[in-house]
Amino acid sequence: MHIVVPIKQVPETSDVHMDALTGTMIRSGNTAIINPLDLYAIESALKLKDRIGATVSVLTMGPTSAVKVLKEAMAMGCDAAVHLSDRKFAGADTWSTSYVLSLAIRNLSPVDLIMTGERATDGDTGQVTPEVASWLDLPLVSFLSSISTVQDGILEGERLIEEGYQKIRCLLPAVVSVVKEVGEPRLPTLRGKKRAMTYDIPVWTADELKAEESFLGLKGSPTRVVRIGTPSVIRDATVVQASGEYSLKSAVSQLLDFLDEKGLLTEGGTHA
Amino acid sequence: MHDVWILAETGHNGLKDISFELLARGRALADTLGVKLAAVVIGGGLESSEAWRLIAHGSDIVYVVQDSRLEHVTCIPYSRVIEHLIRKHSPQILLAGATTTGRTILPYVAVKVHSGLTADCTDLAIEADTGNLLQTRPAIGGNIMATIKTPDHRPQMATVRPRSCRPLKADPSRSGQVVSELFETAWDDDRFSVEDIRVPEGDRVSIEEADIVVSGGRGLKKKENVVLLDRLAHLLSGETGASREAVDRGWKSYPHQVGLSGKTISPKLYIGVGISGAVQHLAGIKTAECIVAINSDEEANLVAMADFALIGDLFEILPEIQRQIEERRRSS
Ligand SMILES: Cc1cc2nc3c(=O)[nH]c(=O)nc-3n(C[C@H](O)[C@H](O)[C@H](O)COP(=O)(O)OP(=O)(O)OC[C@H]3O[C@@H](n4cnc5c(N)ncnc54)[C@H](O)[C@@H]3O)c2cc1C
Ligand SMILES: Cc1cc2nc3c(=O)[nH]c(=O)nc-3n(C[C@H](O)[C@H](O)[C@H](O)COP(=O)(O)OP(=O)(O)OC[C@H]3O[C@@H](n4cnc5c(N)ncnc54)[C@H](O)[C@@H]3O)c2cc1C
Repeated sequence: MHIVVPIKQVPETSDVHMDALTGTMIRSGNTAIINPLDLYAIESALKLKDRIGATVSVLTMGPTSAVKVLKEAMAMGCDAAVHLSDRKFAGADTWSTSYVLSLAIRNLSPVDLIMTGERATDGDTGQVTPEVASWLDLPLVSFLSSISTVQDGILEGERLIEEGYQKIRCLLPAVVSVVKEVGEPRLPTLRGKKRAMTYDIPVWTADELKAEESFLGLKGSPTRVVRIGTPSVIRDATVVQASGEYSLKSAVSQLLDFLDEKGLLTEGGTHA
Repeated sequence: MHDVWILAETGHNGLKDISFELLARGRALADTLGVKLAAVVIGGGLESSEAWRLIAHGSDIVYVVQDSRLEHVTCIPYSRVIEHLIRKHSPQILLAGATTTGRTILPYVAVKVHSGLTADCTDLAIEADTGNLLQTRPAIGGNIMATIKTPDHRPQMATVRPRSCRPLKADPSRSGQVVSELFETAWDDDRFSVEDIRVPEGDRVSIEEADIVVSGGRGLKKKENVVLLDRLAHLLSGETGASREAVDRGWKSYPHQVGLSGKTISPKLYIGVGISGAVQHLAGIKTAECIVAINSDEEANLVAMADFALIGDLFEILPEIQRQIEERRRSS
C-alpha cells in the first residue's frame, strides 16, 4: 500500500496578535510551519501504516524553504519525500497547484491513497483536494472523519457533513481529505529526525514533470487576486458592567433590549 | 445564452435554504448583466412543485436532472451532470453553496471545464466595464478580504458562504421554464457509495446553519457547567458552539468547535461566553451579524470585537439572562 500525503507550508499563526485598531494580524516571527490541518492527514496515513503496513510519501509544492516541512513530516514517521519547486510554479491558484500535484502523484505511481488536510489555513479554499482527484479521475472522499477499514482495495469510513456522519465506501485508488476528528497527530521521534536529516529530498521541476507550460504559475491560473483589503472587525461594542445585584439586573436587561430591537429574542427562533 | 446559474441543494425536506440564498445572489447578477437566471437541481426524485418554488424565488429556468441513482450527493456522477449541462448551455457564471456539497463538487467540475473557482465568497458584484464577476472572500483566517476575478475562462465559478445573504420573498406569480434532462448511465460511477447516515444523538452538528450560536470557552471552568450554555441556546432556539479549549477538554464535541481549525459561521447572533477571543477563534465568527461577549475581563479580545459586551461573572449572568427572558415571555 502506497499513501501520498500532499502538505502545504503556511505562515505560523499561533504567535500572531490582533491589532485592536486595524484588526490586522501582527506576526512576531516569520516562521513557516506545516499547515496544521495537514498534520491530521499525516497522522491518518501513519495510523494505516501501523495497522496494515504502508509506505507513506509526502509531497509539497513550494519555495526552497518548504523543504523544512517535508523534513518535519519525515521526522513524524513518513518514509519518503518529494519537493516540487520551480520559479514557474509561483503564483499558482488552486487549479494550477492541483495540476502540478497530480503530475507528481502520477510519477509516484502506483499510489493507492492520497490523503490531504481539510484546507490550508492561509489560502483557505479546500479546493486543491477535489481538484487533484479530478485531474487523476479518481473518486473523492472529502471531510473524512474516521476510517473503519481499508481492506481488499476498499476504504470504509465516515464523512462529517452538515446532516451528521455519513457512512461511505470507496474503491481505491482514491483521494481523501480528513477532518480533525481522525485523531491527534503524533510528535516527531528522535529516530525519525535522524532519518530526515540524512534523507536527500529530490526536487522535481516543471521539466522533470513534463508539465504543460501554459498551465503553470500565475499565467496558468484561471483566477486572479485583484484586490486585498482588511475587513473592519472592530464593532464599537456597547460595554456594560454586570456585577453587583442592581447592575447585574440592569445590564442583562439592557442586553435583552438590544437583542429585542434587532428581532433576535423571538420565541422559536428568528424565523418565527 | 451565457446565463447566470446556481446549483440548488436538496435534503430530506426538499430544497435547502442555501438554494434560495444563491437565487437572491444570482438574481442580482443576472439583472445587472441583462441575462436569465437558471437553477440546476440534481437529485433522486424531487417533487415537481419544488422546481416551481425555485422560480417563485427568482429563477427563470430550472434544469432538473432526477434519477434514483442520484439520490445521494456523489462527486463524480454529479460533476458529470454539471459538466454536461455547462457544455450544452455555456453559462457565464455558476454559483454553489460553500457547503460540503458545493466544496466537493465545484472544484471537481472546475478542473474538467478548465475554469477558475473562488472559494467561500461573501460578496459578489459585476465589474462595470468588463462585465466580469468580482468575487470577494475572506482568507488567511478572515484577516484579509481578497477580491478575485476569472477574466479569461468561463463559466466564472464561485462557492458562496451560507447565510451570507437573505433569500428573496417568494413571488408565486413569477413565470419560468422547467427543463428536464435525462441522466446517462455512462455518467454513473460505482467506486464511491453512501451507505448510511448517523446523526449523533442529542448532539446536533450543524452550527453553520443556526441563526443563533451560543459558544462557551475555558471560562466555563468544568463540564458540568456546559448545561448553562445549552439552556441559553435552547431558550434562544439556537445551537451551542465552543472554543478549542472547551473542545480539547471534552466539554463539547469537535463538530461544535468554532474557529480556524473548526467551523466558520455567519449566524445572525453569536454569543461568546467565557471565551477570550484568540485570533484563531475570531477567524470563525468575523462575518457574524451581531456579536455579544460575556466575559469577566474587559480587556478580552472578544469584547473589542463585539457589538455588545457584558463584563462580569458568567455564573451570575447566564442564570439572570434566563430568568429575564422567561419573565419577558410570560408577560408578553
Ligand atoms: C488571499 C488569497 C485568496 C485566494 N483565493 C483563491 C481562490 O478563491 N481560488 C483559487 O483557486 N485560488 C485562490 N488562491 C490561491 C491558493 O491559495 C493557492 O493556489 C494555494 O497554493 C492552494 O490553495 P489553498 O491554500 O486554498 O489550499 P487548500 O485547497 O485549502 O488545501 C487543501 C489541501 O491540499 C494540499 N495542498 C494545498 N496546497 C498544497 C501545496 N502547495 N503542496 C502540497 N499540498 C498542498 C494540502 O493537503 C491541503 O490541506 C488564493 C490565494 C490568496 C493569497
Ligand atoms: C493552529 C491553531 C489553531 C487553532 N484553532 C482554534 C479554533 O479553531 N478555535 C478556537 O477557539 N481556538 C483555536 N485555537 C486556540 C486559540 O489560540 C485559543 O487557545 C483558544 O481559542 C482559547 O480558548 P478560550 O477562549 O476558551 O480560553 P481562554 O483564552 O483561556 O479564555 C477564557 C476566557 O474566559 C474568561 N473567564 C474566565 N472565568 C470567567 C467567568 N467566571 N465569567 C466570565 N468570563 C470568564 C476569561 O477572562 C477569558 O477571557 C487554535 C490555536 C492554534 C495554534
